[in-house]
Amino acid sequence: MTLLITVFAAIICTVIWYIKAPKSKMKLGSLCLMYWGASLMWLVDALFEYSELHSEYFTPAPMDMLNDSYLGLSVVALGLIIWLVIVLIKDPKGVVKATLFKKVTTEGEA
Amino acid sequence: MACFIVPAAEAVITSIATKVVKSKEDVPETLKVQFDNEKTEVVEKVPFSRKLGWLNNLLWGGSALLAFEHVWHGEVVPWFPFLTAAENAADTAEMLNEMSTVGVTMAILVTAIWLGMVGVTAAIERKTLKAGKYRIREEE
Repeated sequence: MTLLITVFAAIICTVIWYIKAPKSKMKLGSLCLMYWGASLMWLVDALFEYSELHSEYFTPAPMDMLNDSYLGLSVVALGLIIWLVIVLIKDPKGVVKATLFKKVTTEGEA
Repeated sequence: MACFIVPAAEAVITSIATKVVKSKEDVPETLKVQFDNEKTEVVEKVPFSRKLGWLNNLLWGGSALLAFEHVWHGEVVPWFPFLTAAENAADTAEMLNEMSTVGVTMAILVTAIWLGMVGVTAAIERKTLKAGKYRIREEE
């Protein structure tokens, strides 16, 4: 479930990135790559687990599934938080700078 | 157990490599391309350091989210030795085995996907330049 939720997050992000690119400055590409990176790593984890459990892998206990879903959603939230921090630090639109430094006069103005 | 450490270690190496490549790179190469519809555009080629940045994002992002999963499962703790598997020899051996199998496969797969991305983008660049009638100028 964690893998599935992360893959869906990666797909949704990629679609949004494609719609907004190349003009968007919101660093959506970083968020996409973060989710894709995690998805690929969990895919490897899933393949190794499948090689041990075989068909049992597809019939997890309901409590395990619930825990994995909760984990998947938390991972998506954490990814969004990391992305938000990156956006606020890099400040591609200059919003944070504009908030911190209020313009008084422009050079050349009286 | 600690499989995320392998891609995280690769991320450290590729981040350093990105800094080195970026410091050696000149101004991005720009090309003036005239397309069949007579439209002329100045395009900037994606520098290799930016392509390495994609790999960094894949590796750092994936490792960070996987590290969170390990915290969730109680395999990573905020006190020494930070990995619960490092507390006894049997678990340490199992952890090292997992790192050498699952962890290495993760790093290889992510790198292979990145190589695929670089290959596809290089092909798109070539195709785009071919679509233009001629290259008028190539700056350093």
